[in-house]
Amino acid sequence: MLLIEDLTFRYPGADKDLLNIPHWQVEAGEAIFLTAPSGSGKSTLINLLAGIITPQQGTIRVLDTPINQLSARRRDAFRARHIGMVFQQFNLIPYLSVADNIRLASHFSALSTHEADKRALRLLDKLGLSEMEAGHKAAQLSVGQQQRVAIARALINEPQLLLVDEPTSALDTAHRDKFIDLLMQQLVPARTSLIFVSHDASLRSHFSRHVEIGALQHDAA
Amino acid sequence: MMLLKLAWHSLGSRLGTVLLTVLMMSVSVFVLLSVENIRQQAKDSFQQSVSDVDLLVGPRTGQINLLLYSVFHIGVPTHNLSWDSYMMLKQHQDVDWTIPLSLGDSHRGYRVVGSEQQLFEHFRYRSDNSLEFASGQTFRDTYDAVIGAKVAASLGYQTGDKIVLAHGIADTSFSRHENHPFQISGILKPTGTPVDRSIFISLTGLEAMHADFPGANTAPDLSPQSVTAVLLGLHSKIKTFTLQREINTYSDEALQAILPGVALSSLWSMLGGVEQTLWVISLLVLLGALIGMVNVLLLSMRERRHELAVLRALGYRPGFLFALLQLEALLITASSIIVALLALWAGDIWLREWLLSQFGLFLSESLLQPGTWRLLLGIVLAAMISALLPAVNAYRQGLNTQLR
Repeated sequence: MLLIEDLTFRYPGADKDLLNIPHWQVEAGEAIFLTAPSGSGKSTLINLLAGIITPQQGTIRVLDTPINQLSARRRDAFRARHIGMVFQQFNLIPYLSVADNIRLASHFSALSTHEADKRALRLLDKLGLSEMEAGHKAAQLSVGQQQRVAIARALINEPQLLLVDEPTSALDTAHRDKFIDLLMQQLVPARTSLIFVSHDASLRSHFSRHVEIGALQHDAA
Repeated sequence: MMLLKLAWHSLGSRLGTVLLTVLMMSVSVFVLLSVENIRQQAKDSFQQSVSDVDLLVGPRTGQINLLLYSVFHIGVPTHNLSWDSYMMLKQHQDVDWTIPLSLGDSHRGYRVVGSEQQLFEHFRYRSDNSLEFASGQTFRDTYDAVIGAKVAASLGYQTGDKIVLAHGIADTSFSRHENHPFQISGILKPTGTPVDRSIFISLTGLEAMHADFPGANTAPDLSPQSVTAVLLGLHSKIKTFTLQREINTYSDEALQAILPGVALSSLWSMLGGVEQTLWVISLLVLLGALIGMVNVLLLSMRERRHELAVLRALGYRPGFLFALLQLEALLITASSIIVALLALWAGDIWLREWLLSQFGLFLSESLLQPGTWRLLLGIVLAAMISALLPAVNAYRQGLNTQLR
């Protein structure tokens, strides 16, 4: 599903590589818990996997597509169709309704607007959000609700890869566990691979595999 | 559609600032359109202060000079043309009608113009408008006077009032013709031309005033001796240049015939500086508003960092962000233009009469002339160019954004 080979990345002007990953593979349907101390390049890795930035060397294959070799336009299109993303916070456009926020993503799907809207409502329902709340402006929702909408949006196009970066840092413990349970339930049917980045080791038990970012790096081998 | 929805709601979420920006832009567009309209109208009503007149004839003097004193009543005529010459013109086979003008007297700062009935028949301004009476009628009696709208308004005269005319043009002229008060027989409607500031009496009335006879026992000869200038209308415009040459080479008296339209245009181009100053000022107002709009959009970029990152993560291209900012600028500009046009339209309805009577400014029937459309297009274009700054900023942010 995901295959990284001989990847190196450094920021312009930096004197050494931030990331140097000789080999890393993730299978379809795997749920990876990726822990990383701050400054270790976890956000950079997420951006590389999403094709927002490209490495100096090496290849990143998602679904057998070397995404770093695609043109910028194709990378953006690829991300729209195959990769879902959820961030720490600020996932939603505050002045759009929940439904419109999801439509921002389903806009890229092959589904008609009507079908996409039906699917969005089903997803929201499973995540515990009512149809009425779908009409609310994103800014009116609680942080927990916003994060659930973010999952719905990330999954609306049934991506093969879901990248999640510290989505629970703004939630309290009770909400956090519920949030992760909901997230995992949505993944199983479509065999979506998940890469979940966090520094909160207590969440580890939810995942099939735990990876330390340091262990991926060249000098760790 | 997604783009329009985003731009629309994005502006809606910053309603306060956006409304202020729209207001600012509206004011500047309004000023620009008003200035353009007034400029155009001022030029038109100036250049058509006399229309349908084929030749303006006076004693030999400069072309501008003749125009200034006969049409605009500025300056003093140095000498007149003789009655014989006037009769020659009047009886000329190519001449359809004549309007004699005899200047030299005033009433409280307003010029007195001696003329004949033909004035009300043949005088035209702004293409095809003839003089109309707001009240009363033309002069019937020797001591009747017809006054322009501005004279009536500023001196508070009504038909039937008696006025005393003075010799010379100064308000404080000592030689007042107090023996011969004139009665106002009619008041003209506003025209936006020097007619508004004139007092018309018959040539006979003018002679009678100067004859200074004490009673009505001996009837003196009241036939006029001379006139200051003559407006000519010809049977056929083709004859204009032939007649002009004929008059200019008339052997009995040194005469000069000019084409009023040509002289008016060359006079206006001498006054062009004012027009250009107005234009530059309104452009500066627009520039200020555009800078204000760019400022608002640029300031919003900081708080919209997350928003742009989210759009990028969803697969929207940097070009989409560019288009989003451009569209927002376009929406602001379009709303401003609509508000400005509505204001202009309302102003036109409410202020048309007032502008004409107070300032002699005549707004044209249609606010949206071809020039206006070009101007509006120019404003939109200028807004789009100004919006390049925030739009390129958004584009670059989209390229370099780091999602977190």
